[in-house]
Amino acid sequence: MISISNLHAKVEDKPILKGLNLDIKPGEIHAIMGPNGAGKSTLGNVLAGRDGYEVTAGSATLNGKDILALEAEERAREGLFLAFQYPVEIPGVSNLEFLKASVDAIRAHQGKEPLDSVSFLKKAREKIKAVNLDQSFLKRGVNEGFSGGEKKRNELMQMMMLEPSLCILDETDSGLDIDALQVVAHGVNAMRDPNRSFIIVTHYQRLLDYIVPDYVHVLADGKIVKSGGKELALELEEKGYSWLESEA
Amino acid sequence: MTDAPTPVLTDPEANQEIHQRFKKEYAAGFISDIESDTLLPGLNEDVVRFISAKKGEPEWMTEWRLKAYRSWLEMVEPDWAHVQYDKPDFQALSYYSAPKSMADGPKSLDEVDPELLRTYEKLGIPLHEQLMLAGVAVDAVFDSVSVATTFRDKLAEAGVIFMPISEAVHKHPELVKKYLGTVVPQRDNFYAALNSAVFSDGSFVYIPKGVRCPMELSTYFRINEAKTGQFERTLIIADEGSHVSYLEGCTAPMRDENQLHAAVVELIALDDAEIKYSTVQNWYPGDEEGKGGIYNFVTKRAVAHTNAKVSWTQVETGSAVTWKYPSCILKGDNAVGEFYSVALTNNYQQADTGTKMIHLGKNTRSTIISKGISAGKSQNAYRGLVRMNPNAAGARNYTQCDSLLIGDQCGAHTFPYIESKHPSAVIEHEATTSTVSDDQLFLCRQRGIDTEKAVSMIVNGFCKEVFKELPMEFAVEAGKLLELSLEGSVG
Repeated sequence: MISISNLHAKVEDKPILKGLNLDIKPGEIHAIMGPNGAGKSTLGNVLAGRDGYEVTAGSATLNGKDILALEAEERAREGLFLAFQYPVEIPGVSNLEFLKASVDAIRAHQGKEPLDSVSFLKKAREKIKAVNLDQSFLKRGVNEGFSGGEKKRNELMQMMMLEPSLCILDETDSGLDIDALQVVAHGVNAMRDPNRSFIIVTHYQRLLDYIVPDYVHVLADGKIVKSGGKELALELEEKGYSWLESEA
Repeated sequence: MTDAPTPVLTDPEANQEIHQRFKKEYAAGFISDIESDTLLPGLNEDVVRFISAKKGEPEWMTEWRLKAYRSWLEMVEPDWAHVQYDKPDFQALSYYSAPKSMADGPKSLDEVDPELLRTYEKLGIPLHEQLMLAGVAVDAVFDSVSVATTFRDKLAEAGVIFMPISEAVHKHPELVKKYLGTVVPQRDNFYAALNSAVFSDGSFVYIPKGVRCPMELSTYFRINEAKTGQFERTLIIADEGSHVSYLEGCTAPMRDENQLHAAVVELIALDDAEIKYSTVQNWYPGDEEGKGGIYNFVTKRAVAHTNAKVSWTQVETGSAVTWKYPSCILKGDNAVGEFYSVALTNNYQQADTGTKMIHLGKNTRSTIISKGISAGKSQNAYRGLVRMNPNAAGARNYTQCDSLLIGDQCGAHTFPYIESKHPSAVIEHEATTSTVSDDQLFLCRQRGIDTEKAVSMIVNGFCKEVFKELPMEFAVEAGKLLELSLEGSVG
């Protein structure tokens, strides 16, 4: 699915990623944990192609394609989805309008006609229900006046609409109460598919009680310093990160 | 008639000779060739008389124009607006040009500026309309002529008068005499005085008592409106209890050769009447370096009598310089005034626009929603006056003034003027300034939407409150128009 090799990246001349390697096969869920400032969010932004994140060395291929050479929107059309830690508001642009533009842009890239309004609306209603948001949220401006939890659920809803092949969840669990956390976990689990992979960036083990990862990686100082199975998350919960940092 | 020289010369050679002599002897003279009559540049009383005579106007009309001209002579061009431009040389302009015949236009679309055609294409304008807008002389436009005729019959049935103001001067002199200049007096301001002296043509509308106009009136359906020139004059009278919605402008960019446009629009809403006036203005804004483009200096004002309502909605995307303040005088008790505006400037465009709400009557209410969008190196200013007069007990105003900046080289300015002379009046003013943020753009791009589409979506979202006031098909085109006007504004 995605293969990241020796990835170096800097933000405002400050090196953040310093030789990151990660290989994810279709259908797998990888959790990335680590202390603050380790570069967890940077990884998601670099892969998604955000301006200001400069790759200085290394490579990343998604389904065999060099994604680092592509524009942000092209990466999205290739099936890369980033669920934001802090989803931004777009006042006046309704969720429906936004999703339609998004779905159609991705379909156009796949050589498909725009989705007809009836099918689109049916799907949107289904998905908004799946994330436990009222139908009225479809007509509201993108994230406009949403609570923190509602924003995160809205991100999940977009992910469900777009059916990406690689989903990166950037601390989606931060600021969520237990009910919302379960909704998000349920949504991700429902989307598990042999052809879809997940990178779940999180600070806490808690989310992994609900979304069981195949692998857990610890990111510290721009590199993956330890990898293991789901039991590694529990170990981290107990012991913290400092023992690993000294190891690194 | 007047004693003005009104030579109509048809012999080209004699024309040439006299033309030369006129040029020497007078600051202004007249030339005339077979196809069109065009005045030599310059403005004086003779020119005003000539224009009036050309239209066969009655003497009262000629005198009205002359009075305006004499006022204009004593006035100076205003310079308080937040715009900078080279002042036009009013003696270098020509003030009369008879409508060109269709034969003068391009013979086919092949002769039309391809850039203009590309724009029409993007706006999704049907072919026969493209031909009409581009001024191509073909029979295809007859489609719309027949539409216009059908409409006229329907309007006549309802008793609605909708005709060129030049025609109304002859057919309904009592109405024109009674109302012309009552809302925007001849000496109201420099440009209004100029317009009053030399206005070319425009629309006249009268809706009889209690009549709800059966359709939206649009200049589009008035074929003879096509080349009204630079000094348009519009007069709309809604008699007691009547209702009318009027659409001005077409939504495809017109490449007008005229540098200066100084129109005057007067609306009169008598007791219990309602007028809704919508404008989409997209004249040539000049090129990316700021060369060329129209100066648009317009005076639009309405008077609303008891229980009457006037609503202005405007989408301004064109012109190099815009100076425009559609206003409401809320004269009668309980009168309502509304102003919804989107003004977009890009490249080197400058706009100073807003409104005036003058509350005279008791319990009068007004709402102002202004959305300014600046991109490129443009300057966009909102200027608004809310005045509560001593008799305006219980009057209320709500103003919301939002600015959106795209890029870091443009400017947005807000100049609200508030005067309250009654203690019970309530005035609310809210203003915001925002930018199209990198985070918003990245969210859109991360969802597969390219930057240009993202900007247009964000801008359209910003304008939503105003667009919903526009008639449906206008709103759709206005959205597309913003998209076009913003092309290339984000790198």
